[in-house]
Amino acid sequence: MEATAEKAEEKKYVDAGIQKGLDALTPEKVEKAINRVFRAETGARLKAYEEICVRCGLCADGCHYYLSHEGDPAYAPVGKVKQTLWKLLKKRGRITPEELERVALVAYTECNLCRRCAMYCPLGIDTAYIITVVRRLCHLLGITPRYIQDTAHSHSVTMNQMWVKEDEWIDSLLWQEEEAREEIPTLRIPLDKEGADIMYSVIAPEPKFQPQLIYYAAVILNECGMDWTMPSMPGWDNSDMAMFTGDVELMGRLKRSHFERAQKLRVKRVVMGECGHAFRAVYDVGNRWLGWRDFPVEVVHAIDFYWQMLQEGRLKVKKKFERPVTLHDPCNIVRGRGLHEKARDLVRAFCSNFTEMHPNREHNYCCCAGGGVINCGPPYKKVRVEGNSIKADQLKATGAEVVIAPCHNCHSGLKDIIEAYDVGMELSFFSEIIYECMEKPNAVEG
Amino acid sequence: MHQVYGFVVGPLAWIAFAVFVLGSIWKMYTMYRSAKTRDGQVLAYWNLKYALRSIIHWSVPFWPVNSRRHPFMTIVSFTFHICLVLVPVFLLAHVMLWDYYHGFRFWSLPEGAADVMTFLVILACLVFAVRRILLREVRYVTSAMDWAVLAIVFLPFLTGFLAYHQIGPYRVMIILHILFGEIMLAAIPFTRLSHMLLSPFSRGYIGSEFGGVRKAKDW
Repeated sequence: MEATAEKAEEKKYVDAGIQKGLDALTPEKVEKAINRVFRAETGARLKAYEEICVRCGLCADGCHYYLSHEGDPAYAPVGKVKQTLWKLLKKRGRITPEELERVALVAYTECNLCRRCAMYCPLGIDTAYIITVVRRLCHLLGITPRYIQDTAHSHSVTMNQMWVKEDEWIDSLLWQEEEAREEIPTLRIPLDKEGADIMYSVIAPEPKFQPQLIYYAAVILNECGMDWTMPSMPGWDNSDMAMFTGDVELMGRLKRSHFERAQKLRVKRVVMGECGHAFRAVYDVGNRWLGWRDFPVEVVHAIDFYWQMLQEGRLKVKKKFERPVTLHDPCNIVRGRGLHEKARDLVRAFCSNFTEMHPNREHNYCCCAGGGVINCGPPYKKVRVEGNSIKADQLKATGAEVVIAPCHNCHSGLKDIIEAYDVGMELSFFSEIIYECMEKPNAVEG
Repeated sequence: MHQVYGFVVGPLAWIAFAVFVLGSIWKMYTMYRSAKTRDGQVLAYWNLKYALRSIIHWSVPFWPVNSRRHPFMTIVSFTFHICLVLVPVFLLAHVMLWDYYHGFRFWSLPEGAADVMTFLVILACLVFAVRRILLREVRYVTSAMDWAVLAIVFLPFLTGFLAYHQIGPYRVMIILHILFGEIMLAAIPFTRLSHMLLSPFSRGYIGSEFGGVRKAKDW
């Protein structure tokens, strides 16, 4: 018996970030934060959603966690609202630390804020919004999972997500420029070029782990003949984990820095890399916090940009990518921004063997990494992978060899799922395929 | 008994209608004020074209993906809601009351049709009750309030049906029917039944977000 109890104890992971926050809480502090969030910071939407939800359970099929857990009701969107919002509203300051821990875990690790369930509720209730509000409360209570809080700290100190120092950032760009010049001698990654047409911004994991993506983007931008630049100063990172921790003040600082960098460079528009959450932060969340209905400088997602280049004839197809591919529709650029048809135009232009996954477009299953869930770190990898077996089934059914996933979170999340369920597929960004298959007029024959 | 009848069709009816009308106005006003003062996004992103696009799509059975996933529930739910609204407003006996007390005359449902529709509402309520018990995802989130709301809707139709068919003591049944009807009316602005008032706006708002900002379908 003792051995079993020990084993059970070993199994339970105590998140230092959440635990430390819980230790410092008193019922008064909890009550105060609840009042602040539910009485002062939110209004009609939350009130209406709480009141009109008829508890019909029809949202359940909207959630990949629910579908992957054999219909466990705790994973249905409304089940998550029960464990978080309803519990908070009912118990207020009397909520126990154990219950609060559960609130934080549900909000941060069992919901990707992918908003698929919003399309399944007959009343149009936006459960992702409710969970966002719950995360805001958790942030105010200081009960955020340690890993994602660390990325928020990095944002706060360095204005980028990965503790990338200024010299490292500039060095990474110069390095990629040097590499690319071997292929295209005239290529430049222009830094801080005032008045350029385009500012290209990326998320910090690119210089940190995937600098080749900057290389591919530089090649595409150069070979399309764009007048572009990248900033050397803070504001180059368009990512935003503060949006997911509930730290809206920091989110606002980050988005302001990104927009203001573009304004200082007097560019006509910002083109951003293949990232979903960063795009959401710009067109949907951060801009609103700053008081912009849309945005002060036009921001174009990579898919949209490549598509425009293709339409204008600047981007030309040299050869087709022949391996069988399928396309994953990331929530933040498809359900969030309607880029699915443009993505398909690109796939058809560059790939000769394309199979749709089902469901697709707005109804595609989430990667289970987004919404900050993957940023909660390795302790929750199992939650993500087990919570998305349906994705593995969906991928397998296509029979494709390569999944195009034009979003960093989706990429990392799908990689874990592909490995865990032995799906046997490779992942690719659009830029990788385009780089491989495009015409490069300025390249030296190698 | 006569006095009780007089009371439920008289002062209590006035009170019920007053609570319903004033409560609904109050509800809509407080929601609007809350949106204006504390949730500015709602009004800023409200877009009539996309709101209507969403409302229309969700008003047609089997158009939204989810309604095709649950065909039985779609049929039951649409039948329930249509009958729930039409029967109380256009039942011949109700129309006659309007005419008798206030001199309004309007079209009424054929009696046979109204009878069937009432029965369908009762059946639908039973289906909802069975769902609440049998389906895990529904049972998990069901509380006493959900049963109370279901009862509030179920009882006026049950008693109305029994009274019409003269099953049980007619006079008691008709008084109970009126009383339950009044409870339902008065409960609309203050319970989950307020989705009758607010759902066009919750639906319209998510439609505005999906259409105007997210450039995507929401059905």
